[in-house]
Amino acid sequence: MIFEGTVHKYGRDVDTDVIIPARYLNTNDPQELASHAMEDIDAEFVDRVQPGDIIVAEENFGCGSSREHAPVAIKVSGVSVVVASSFARIFYRNAINTGLPIVVCPAAATDAKMGDRLKVDLAAGTVENLTQGKTYDSEAFPPFMQELIDRGGLLEYVKTRIGEGSGS
Amino acid sequence: MSSTITEKILARAAGRDEVQAGDIIEAKIDLALANDITAPLAIAEFDKAGFTKVWDPARIALVPDHFAPNKDIKAAGQAVKMREFARKHEIVNYFEVGRMGIEHVLLPDTGMIAPGDVVIGADSHTCTYGAVAAFSSGVGSTDFAAAMAWGHVWLRVPETFKFVYSGKPGPWVTGKDLMLHTIGLIGVDGALYQAMEFAGEAIETLSMDERFTMCNMAIEAGGKSGIVGFDEKTTQYLQSRPEGSRARTVGQVFASDRDAEYVKVLEIDASAVQPTVSKPHLPSNTAVAAELGDITIDQVVIGSCTNGRLNDLRQAASILAGKKVHPDVRCIILPGTQDVCLEAIADGTMQTLIEAGCAFSTPTCGACLGGHMGVLADGERAVATTNRNFVGRMGHPGAEVYLASPYVAAASALAGHVATPEEVGAVKGGSR
Repeated sequence: MIFEGTVHKYGRDVDTDVIIPARYLNTNDPQELASHAMEDIDAEFVDRVQPGDIIVAEENFGCGSSREHAPVAIKVSGVSVVVASSFARIFYRNAINTGLPIVVCPAAATDAKMGDRLKVDLAAGTVENLTQGKTYDSEAFPPFMQELIDRGGLLEYVKTRIGEGSGS
Repeated sequence: MSSTITEKILARAAGRDEVQAGDIIEAKIDLALANDITAPLAIAEFDKAGFTKVWDPARIALVPDHFAPNKDIKAAGQAVKMREFARKHEIVNYFEVGRMGIEHVLLPDTGMIAPGDVVIGADSHTCTYGAVAAFSSGVGSTDFAAAMAWGHVWLRVPETFKFVYSGKPGPWVTGKDLMLHTIGLIGVDGALYQAMEFAGEAIETLSMDERFTMCNMAIEAGGKSGIVGFDEKTTQYLQSRPEGSRARTVGQVFASDRDAEYVKVLEIDASAVQPTVSKPHLPSNTAVAAELGDITIDQVVIGSCTNGRLNDLRQAASILAGKKVHPDVRCIILPGTQDVCLEAIADGTMQTLIEAGCAFSTPTCGACLGGHMGVLADGERAVATTNRNFVGRMGHPGAEVYLASPYVAAASALAGHVATPEEVGAVKGGSR
């Protein structure tokens, strides 16, 4: 998959409380969650974001709470992919499980600026900053993660495993 | 081959002789839990995937603690989804309001967790149970949905980062101070993807309540889990759980081998650690409480899954006894469970706190995440014994939270600004 979009750039330790504040967690309606995406770090984000846009952040993106509402809010807001120097571990699992594409690419994350145009090629493992004219190699998913994605996500994988007699 | 305690537990759960850091395993789960925020999303995924039955209704815990007692109509609707699912699937460990508590205080206290267990929970502070020498880790709703159907979880065996605390902590220095100090040293991603193993003579002196506090905050350093080795205090705690409970009847004790491999070892002189606070807006933004200067506050919150155990409330009461909360401060107590409330009544702790002018809540996560029972306005500032001080965590994004121990929080409630017990004339009498 190839994504091309405008960068919304943030620093390090973007936590799930600012991605989707707890005051909105009395629902799991994706559209409603998306209408508050990034609200406490960037109140204008939801007005500015266009379908296909790309969030770029530095280390430890998605730290804090386990709320899966965070990747859901980002995905449904229109963001195509999140590129970061690193991800907090629960957010990383949640992004895979909710189908929000994520890419680990420290150099691209550090260089990118708000408003840059970025092209992310998941299959090729590259991030291209069209504004700055630079191309970077991104980290590949560990083989098991790639298998999960290829098999249609965790719950599809689990159905197969239960069918095979594991844990039932 | 030598292994850490975490590797041994995960090897057992994966049905293997041994595992190594980096291995991907499918681990058998002993308990999976979720709450009124994470369960509704998980239930939707569970149903959407077409699952019709849970793997074991006795190994799932559902706890309405975050927005319960229901804070508004929407939250009430989410609670209904969880309640109806629990009834439909005959979930044994659904805890209704009046019997529930804050999940990470409630579940170990009711004896649901045994040493050597593997626990996953759709709540980031699930890492708390490492205090009873179990492996426990937070996941999201879809992982929890998968666990409900499958009874297993896929995990990457984490590297272990060992923390060795030497020396004896000072009179007002608690497990909370050691943990805040540690996060201050390594940063909020200092143990990213890793198991944090807490050891050393200072850890041996800590109460079980303080060990729960330290493991609880492993996630605030990015950790996958936190764990303390099994000792006599663990045995005493487990044997005080309800008769017939898992904690008293099962469990397998593992210990790290002397030559186990650690990705890092950090030695910390606990005797040099001072009462510590985390300034806004990151748990790693630590400072010595006594060196902060005059930072006026509007609210104090004492309790939560981090510091809502009886010992925590007693520590706060020892500072507040016979005194009055500062006229400009609201001091809110969030006890961990109904049993904690009962014990606090029995030993006079609740009376002491109420007479000092504190509001004593029913158990709820409430104010910790800015849900209800103590939400902050723009520009307000709080000292809290909770676990996070991110922007907007306790209410308005323009509010500020200072994380602290129950001693410092109680002293601050009296002083009206961030203060140490010494500053308000407290004399150490009690024990841990």
